[in-house]
Amino acid sequence: MSWLKLLAVAALPLVVFAQDAGQPISQNASQTTDQTSNQSSNQSADQITQQKARQAAAAAFYAPPPASAGSTQHGVIAEPALIVPAGDTLLEKGRYLARAGDCISCHTRPGGAPFAGGLSLKTPFGTIVSTNITPHKTQGIGNYTEEDFVRLMRHGKSEDGQNIYPAMPYANFARLSDGDLQALYAYFMKGVPAAAQTNATTNLPWPFSVRALVSVWNRLYVPTAPYAPEPTQSAEWNRGAYLVQGLGHCGACHTPRSVTGAEKASTEKGGKLFLSGAIIDGWYAQPLRKLSSWSNQDIVDYLQTGRSRHTAAFGAMAEVVGNSTQHMTTPDLTAVAVYLKSLEPTPLDASSASSTSTTSSTFTTAAAITTTTTATTVTATALRTGDTRTAGALIYLNNCSACHQSSGQGVQRTFPSLAQSTTVAAQDATSLIRIVLQGAAMPSTTAAPSALAMPGFDWRLSDANVADVLTFVRNSWGNQAAAVNAQSVAKVRSDLATSKAQK
Amino acid sequence: MAILKKPSVDAVLVGFGWTGAIMGIELTAAGLNVLALERGEARDTAPDFAYPRITDELSYGIRGKLFQNLAKETVTVRHMTADVAVPYRQLGSFLPGDGVGGAGVHWNGQNWRALPDDLRIRSRTIERYGAKFIPEGMQLQDWGVSYEELEPHFDQFEKICGMSGKAGNLQGKLQAGGNPFEGPRVNEFPLPPMAALNSALLFDKAARSLGLHPFAQASANASRAYTNPHGAQLGPCNFCGFCERFGCYNYAKASPQTTLLPTLMKRPNFELRTRAHVIRVNLAADGKRATGVTYIDAQGNEIEQPADLVVLCAYQFHNVRLLLLSNIGKKYDPATATGVVGRNYAYQMLGGASLFFDKNQPMNPFVGAGASGSVVDDFDGDNFDHGPLGFVGGASISCINTGGRPIQQTSLPTGTPNWGAGWKRGIKDNYLYTAGVSAQGSVMAHRGNYLDLDPTYKDIYGQPLLRMTFDWKPNEFAMTQFTVGKAVEIAKAMGPRELKVNLRKPGDHYDLRAYQSTHNTGGAPMGTDPETSAVNRYLQSWDVPNVFVMGASAFPQNFGYNPTGMVTALAYWSAAAIRSRYLKSPGALA
Repeated sequence: MSWLKLLAVAALPLVVFAQDAGQPISQNASQTTDQTSNQSSNQSADQITQQKARQAAAAAFYAPPPASAGSTQHGVIAEPALIVPAGDTLLEKGRYLARAGDCISCHTRPGGAPFAGGLSLKTPFGTIVSTNITPHKTQGIGNYTEEDFVRLMRHGKSEDGQNIYPAMPYANFARLSDGDLQALYAYFMKGVPAAAQTNATTNLPWPFSVRALVSVWNRLYVPTAPYAPEPTQSAEWNRGAYLVQGLGHCGACHTPRSVTGAEKASTEKGGKLFLSGAIIDGWYAQPLRKLSSWSNQDIVDYLQTGRSRHTAAFGAMAEVVGNSTQHMTTPDLTAVAVYLKSLEPTPLDASSASSTSTTSSTFTTAAAITTTTTATTVTATALRTGDTRTAGALIYLNNCSACHQSSGQGVQRTFPSLAQSTTVAAQDATSLIRIVLQGAAMPSTTAAPSALAMPGFDWRLSDANVADVLTFVRNSWGNQAAAVNAQSVAKVRSDLATSKAQK
Repeated sequence: MAILKKPSVDAVLVGFGWTGAIMGIELTAAGLNVLALERGEARDTAPDFAYPRITDELSYGIRGKLFQNLAKETVTVRHMTADVAVPYRQLGSFLPGDGVGGAGVHWNGQNWRALPDDLRIRSRTIERYGAKFIPEGMQLQDWGVSYEELEPHFDQFEKICGMSGKAGNLQGKLQAGGNPFEGPRVNEFPLPPMAALNSALLFDKAARSLGLHPFAQASANASRAYTNPHGAQLGPCNFCGFCERFGCYNYAKASPQTTLLPTLMKRPNFELRTRAHVIRVNLAADGKRATGVTYIDAQGNEIEQPADLVVLCAYQFHNVRLLLLSNIGKKYDPATATGVVGRNYAYQMLGGASLFFDKNQPMNPFVGAGASGSVVDDFDGDNFDHGPLGFVGGASISCINTGGRPIQQTSLPTGTPNWGAGWKRGIKDNYLYTAGVSAQGSVMAHRGNYLDLDPTYKDIYGQPLLRMTFDWKPNEFAMTQFTVGKAVEIAKAMGPRELKVNLRKPGDHYDLRAYQSTHNTGGAPMGTDPETSAVNRYLQSWDVPNVFVMGASAFPQNFGYNPTGMVTALAYWSAAAIRSRYLKSPGALA
């Protein structure tokens, strides 16, 4: 990054800091810095992809861990056995909460001891290295009093009073109850084996190296009180809200961020950008606000097994399921489902919905099915009879149809459906392009141990091939989404190559 | 070469294919700390069998990327004791696997339950035809375990695999569409049969017209998506035609990787070490107890691995060789027909016909699956009267299109040139219109067919190779003459334009060069008599009771089916005995 650019970015927080942190920062305000002014409502998916990628590059502070952290089996990090015998309820509760918070994913480096840190997290502000949170007296947090621990979790301050960077989602953890923090403290003091792994120094470039600046950020974005139940809502809804906003820190990936790295909305009250989808680390994290077509059970299945009748977890989410949500109880996951399903779709989501049917419900409504039946049949019949006149159809037959079928419907829980899939028809095609180039695997979970995987096709398909087949898939079986062009594929390909080279 | 000693484990598994995976999952479920030692590489569907690279006939079919590397270790082969054996240097007749999953990766998915009579073939033959019916030199033996005892374990494996088929005998009641000769099964197959191809439909019709009882072959290629009792998932087979010699990219073919390893590999009391080549089972000074095994790791270190229980789960050849190298059990002596290790090596004798049809009968052989076809069992086992025929055994007769690969699966009418324009024209005219009918015949154990250690040739670690002494015997020529005759009758009734028969005749010798089947059996036969069996009916060594020997090495003779169903049911049967009895009181079970 050149000095000029650095100065420009450094100046940004000052502008944004002037705004009222209590209000969601508007989409336009955040885009002024990096967006061309000729945005029209008819821009192609590729333009949107590129634009969102730029936004994300400028804004995302939080970075999900790369797909191979820890000593993994199919992306799932092996946890240490509880070192205190089972039956200690506080410790068990702490372990449960640590899993719900997915602490292990960021605080474990590839092949390293669990929770001993050392994982490099790339952010637009520089690389942040996660720290040792085992109870080691000198290298870990073994000397933390419970008070120190609570200050760390709620205010982002280490034992010596220094600010930590908000790559650690303490803005979310600030919502945790006293009882939950107590259990987490007990677990990290007594339930995790101490590891002597030395912390690497995080050296962000100036001005981000000035940790005092983070105090300003904290004042703006970190809640000052734990989660307060919404009295008009059910206990289940409140439990879901508590988990989603707190330990789950779902917004870290699924909510777009402002240039300061803060989520544009951190609760449902903050506006419809909350969980409205965002680009992060080269993936498009889907909006969690238009789940009307998902039943509670679908959401529970997805989070418990990494797959549902609609789709499968991939990329960073596969890891979240593997390391975190698969361990959560069905009542807690149902609560999460109840809360997520209560969120109204944002207008932005509506425009990126997969089909032109009048409802955003893409799977279960009879109307949606009826309107798409004809289209589904047309493509399926063409493929079955070897009619490959449509661009991309032959590529689909040769590479995709063995699993995803000529009907585009895949096989339930096994091969994800492409027909009327929100991933396929997402306005932003980044994830889709990446899956075709790189492949993807479901997480191996206790309830569904098969890490069913799709191979990458980067070695086999050209940019134009990928663009053609994705355009075909996005406009078959009732899907209606913007075309993908070869330039967008080239961009994702080159980003992946760069990130691979850096590793 | 450094010599290291590792901490002891409860059980060590030598080899990690089907039986290793079954023993792994069963013994870890019993709470044991289990270590599997696999001499080959780690392999999984992703990335090793990923589409489309796995569908490469040259790399996998011809060059044998998933098979044992014969340059490191092989068997030597001769026809009779007086001959000098030479090493099997090029893959041909049989294709032992290598690496995680073993041959369970590259099998076709043809999974059978043994016929009840075949498991007591000696008793049955004497009862029905008299003791004199058994020819001189044939070492016909009962298995020591009954179909009824194995039924729950056949069933268990079928549920693991998501077997696709139709029961022929459900709790004693015959069912339309299934094999009426099979033993009674308690449950229907977990999945319906695979779709029938044109060739199988023609076979079915032809066999019926001859008064036979055709049925849809049961298949370990899943006909539908399936989730097995461990939660592992299979995708539906798409008839790509790349089963045999290949891994399945579609998660459709049951293999250790698709069915057991997703669960087993997560268990904290299980460990797998690959590139760990076991060179011997170590015995205590009295020779009556195993103390563990010694292996050579990838760096060439010699490692001693102590264990309370040693389970040999390698391929048939390797299990027998390890017993011989470790001095477990009395070695077989063909001169006196005494001794048990190396005894009763058997194989299978195949024959059949290639069929060429007119262009109104497209067979589209590129649409294929390892186990999808039509079969008749009327001439298998003792399902027919052998009295006037004078031989023991039989064959399953089938029309199965496993694929239409260009190099190894094209068939041309007699008289077509082997190269050039004439060959090309032959391929063009016939490829789409060919089918095959085959008779998979049993081979009975014979005094002169056996395994021992080669006195000359050694592997890369300096250990003697296994030596096979094997040739066809008159009983098998009689068997194949009869069953191939029946196969040809059906083939003719299918109405081909032309037919090419493949039949072995007396005077032919076992020829290693052409693929026949990887159904090598025996060498450590099971039974109830320690004089004629190396392991008891629980696959436990008679001589060293903390050594169990899995696999087709336990077959006292071979039958007319593919062996995997029997091999896996025996592994579950043995594991059940270990769990319910041996662990409570370690010692001889029989």
